[in-house]
Amino acid sequence: MAAPTADRHALGTKSANNPLRIKGRDLPFPLNIYQTAVGKKWVMAVTGLMLVGFVIAHMLGNMKLYLGVVEHNGEMIYDADLYAEFLRELLVPLAPHGVILWLMRLGLIAAFGLHIHSAYSLTRMNASSNRVYESKRDWLAANFASRTMRYTGIIVLAYLIFHLADLTWGWIPNTNWEHGAVQSNVVNSLSNPAIAFIYIVANVMVAVHLYHGVYSMFQSLGINNPQYNGLRRGIATGLAVVILLGNISFPIAVLFNVIEFDPALLGSAG
Amino acid sequence: MSRKLNLTLKVWRQAGPTAKGRFEIYKAKEIPDDASFLEMLDIVNEGLIAEGHEPIEFPHDCREGICGTCGVMINGRAHGQEKGTATCQLHMRKFNDGDTIEIEPWRAAAFPVIRDLVVDRSPLDKIVEVGGYISAPTGTAPDANEMPIPKEVADSAMDAAACIGCAACVAACPNSAAQLFTSAKLWHLNSLPQGQAERFRRTEAMVETMEEFFGSCTNHGECSEACPKEISQDFIAYMNRDYIKSKVVNRRLAGQR
Amino acid sequence: MVLESKVPNGSIADKWDNHKFDIKLVNPANKRKFKILVVGSGLAGASAAATLGELGYNVEVFTFHDTPRRAHSIAAQGGINAAKNYRNDGDSIYRLFYDTVKGGDYRSREANVYRLAQVSVDIIDQMAAQGVPFAREYGGLLDNRSFGGAQVSRTFYARGQTGQQLLLGAYQQMMRQVHLGKVKVHTRTEMLDVVVKDGRAAGIVCRDLVTGDITSHSGHAVVLATGGYGNVFYLSTNAMASNVTAAWRAHRKGAFFANPCYTQIHPTCIPASDEFQSKLTLMSESLRNDGRIWVPKGHDDGRKASDIPEGERYYYLEQKYPSFGNLVPRDVASRNAKTVVDQGLGVGPLKNGVFLDFSDAIGRDGKDKIEERYGNLFQMYERITGEDPYSVPMRIYPATHYTMGGVWVDYNLMTTIPGCFATGEANFSDHGANRLGASALMQGLADGYFVLPYTIGDYLAPMLGDDPVSVDDPAFIQTEADAQGQIQRFLSTGGTRSPEHFHRELGKLVWDYIGMEREKNGLEKAISEISALREEFWADVRVLGNNESLNSSLEKAGRVADFFELGELMARDALDRRESCGGHFRTEHQTPEGEAQRDDENFSHVSAWEWKGPNTPQVKNVEELAFEEVELTQRSYK
Repeated sequence: MAAPTADRHALGTKSANNPLRIKGRDLPFPLNIYQTAVGKKWVMAVTGLMLVGFVIAHMLGNMKLYLGVVEHNGEMIYDADLYAEFLRELLVPLAPHGVILWLMRLGLIAAFGLHIHSAYSLTRMNASSNRVYESKRDWLAANFASRTMRYTGIIVLAYLIFHLADLTWGWIPNTNWEHGAVQSNVVNSLSNPAIAFIYIVANVMVAVHLYHGVYSMFQSLGINNPQYNGLRRGIATGLAVVILLGNISFPIAVLFNVIEFDPALLGSAG
Repeated sequence: MSRKLNLTLKVWRQAGPTAKGRFEIYKAKEIPDDASFLEMLDIVNEGLIAEGHEPIEFPHDCREGICGTCGVMINGRAHGQEKGTATCQLHMRKFNDGDTIEIEPWRAAAFPVIRDLVVDRSPLDKIVEVGGYISAPTGTAPDANEMPIPKEVADSAMDAAACIGCAACVAACPNSAAQLFTSAKLWHLNSLPQGQAERFRRTEAMVETMEEFFGSCTNHGECSEACPKEISQDFIAYMNRDYIKSKVVNRRLAGQR
Repeated sequence: MVLESKVPNGSIADKWDNHKFDIKLVNPANKRKFKILVVGSGLAGASAAATLGELGYNVEVFTFHDTPRRAHSIAAQGGINAAKNYRNDGDSIYRLFYDTVKGGDYRSREANVYRLAQVSVDIIDQMAAQGVPFAREYGGLLDNRSFGGAQVSRTFYARGQTGQQLLLGAYQQMMRQVHLGKVKVHTRTEMLDVVVKDGRAAGIVCRDLVTGDITSHSGHAVVLATGGYGNVFYLSTNAMASNVTAAWRAHRKGAFFANPCYTQIHPTCIPASDEFQSKLTLMSESLRNDGRIWVPKGHDDGRKASDIPEGERYYYLEQKYPSFGNLVPRDVASRNAKTVVDQGLGVGPLKNGVFLDFSDAIGRDGKDKIEERYGNLFQMYERITGEDPYSVPMRIYPATHYTMGGVWVDYNLMTTIPGCFATGEANFSDHGANRLGASALMQGLADGYFVLPYTIGDYLAPMLGDDPVSVDDPAFIQTEADAQGQIQRFLSTGGTRSPEHFHRELGKLVWDYIGMEREKNGLEKAISEISALREEFWADVRVLGNNESLNSSLEKAGRVADFFELGELMARDALDRRESCGGHFRTEHQTPEGEAQRDDENFSHVSAWEWKGPNTPQVKNVEELAFEEVELTQRSYK
């Protein structure tokens, strides 16, 4: 007599008895949130929100590049340089010089780390869950942005490292990089058309990433109300466009000498 | 008078779960355009049997779009090109004479092919098993009108409950995620007053079981496009919200709202 | 054999309560010592499995579907009746009981029907508690509609998907028991036979549809919740896989089959469009509220409907039945459609339909109103036929929809095989010769939730301490060998025609001779022609492939084999019942107005057929029907 069906199923011929992966023991709160994909997506959305906030603030800060020199304590100084110094002086004397900036940087590094790690592990999870069709797929809703998040994400990461190397660490040769001299560093770097080109392309990638990322964030956080859902796509598109225009304006402005660095303007006021 | 169509089919044939599959090409001749897509396959099968070839196994049962048994990839779209329509309700008049039609089974790691176009979708039952219900043993129910439910709430629950469990959402998802299926069941039960007592326990159990078999949501929206009942992705957002709440809310202190 | 209906004593209203008190109980701690096998996972099966599991029994459920949620209960559209009287329109348990007995043309068992009406109210409570999203009013209370000619609004509904929502409710409740370990579900597992040992049902033999393994399962009781046999007609509104095999196999092992000729033909289905049509689709009966049914008066009228002037249209229902008009009951509407089509007045490319015309309603109420009422149905029609019913009249024709006949059961729902029960559409009990709209869901759930779970205890209680028969018992070994033998026979016949082909041929015979109108010569012809076709089937069927993998032709062959035997019995039963009643219309027995003429003197009974072996006609046993509450009258809809 053949084994009863149920026993054979238990041996594993039925896919409901063969999970692809088994969730481990619950970690203590709040780490348990990060144990599941829905939780990871939530973390990705929260960190994404922090990063978008940073990108907006960073762009607004960069607008100082357009303001040229201003008078400060009797000295003529580029407003962008002044802003950089202001960031280091945040909450001084409550906090020592540079500490708040570093705390913010640590927060951003953590957000980046979690954003990237969750993306990495979800991508792996999806790859192991999926089987590719042999016939050609006809996409109905998925768009270029949504299907290329992992690639635009990697490009943005590479760009970030390049950007840090270029303007924060001064590792790019022949740019006369100098610590704290924001205006001169930016102009020196971006007046090289090759570097400017990298910045423009990279910011297009940032915008493509945000176009889907911001929209997706609403879903992942559960921000959904059919009465206002139309706004979500609008907000995502609007943010992507504003950030794109804002950020690519800098290299273009440098190339067309709208943003300049002229050491002659510096020195004592009056 | 109805037209007759001559078509070329590329159909996935696979002898069993472990066998290697491949596309086979068949000519479908003189197909009346009033036939449904599945009747077209019936005709092809009758021809195959007459020639001594094993017929194509394909999933089907009620053929009126409600049982959820049918479902194949037709030219790269789950359930074919007509929106809000299950494979059995797709009719051949939507095709043109001379068309080539590619037919492939649902694909997901959790859905092994059983034979040809038939896959094993049993993990969906597993998701329901761990929490897709309201615990109300027979005999315990109060009078049905004792708990009024606003019409809008009942309608919204019904929108979600309309899911037929065909798994087109999983098939269409580039990540093979079952979020639309799971969230529709969750919203059906979580939105009703009867479902509040188990709301967070249910959400936690169903989501975590779902993730043992399926991928994660990247909000492409292919699922809703493929859904023969046009179930909205909104439910996925509600599920995400309830899931995080299930982790954060202290259920001994908080009301279930 | 004397048929013991076991109807309890007492007044009609007290019978069920008395019975519940009188029958033996199994104490809660002992329930876990019993194993019950439930075949079928529709409303009747899932609700029974869930409830039995909750009570503490060990339950195993068998379904040939890939998941229990696919059962064909899911396709019911309209609603479910209950004597709640929420509308304050004078409904009561007694009225629902009365309507059901009358609607069944006085061929049902009064006590069963009364019990059905009694528990109907609990079903709604139970399903609402399960979270079934019934339609609501703005005040939050449940909405009702009237249905199927009832004079009260007692039908509860969930859009046009009531069956789906109720089935999912029962399925979910059952899955909860699966999670709790009380119910085990075997999917893609088709029951092929019942095993009888020492005169009792000992278990079942199944085939795993994926691997072809023949497996035995033993238990203390077997419940058949396997639905009706409408697919014997080939074209019906049933699902493709719906079949009679489980019930038929029980019949061959000793369960009497009651009233097989009682089949219901639903008047508003979409007509077949070509010979490859695989099934028919039902359009809700509610369409008859606003649509007018007509055919052209002239034969071979090739004109478009809109070009046919009013004077040349034949509104046959409105003319013949002025007071009910297009709203006559299902059987009357169906038969009249057949009459005009047989006269050659049919419409459509195959001249096989009648018009259901909404132009007057659209003119009167506006297109928006009609769209609001029937939008989804019109859309479904458009999808299937490619015609727009807003501008062209719909074409409709009757199709087989439900079978009132089934396995004979006593008041406890037990068949003539002790330990083998039948619930839902699979049994014969509650609808007599004709079922009212929105009553099928009610009966399936009543049996599964509120009747069987109690009555099965009466059978089980004395068996306490007995182990189920071992699956190594010769009775199981023999049944397995028989099942295996039939499969090998199919695979080795090497004929020329597919099982599908034979099914279609059988369906044509059944439809032509045992369809809406039956007549002596035709029925005799049916018996001989079905039997001849059956011989051909066994000699010439072609089943390709093997047993060891999914093989739907092989599954189909087994089902068609049983349909052949059933078809023959239907004809025999119809021939024997020399009267017309409900869905059974013998042309020899009609009133001068052409209505069904009952013969209460000679046929106020249930015909329960007893298997006497292959190629031997079944023997008829009779259960007399006593009508103590309801007075027998002639139905009239003039």
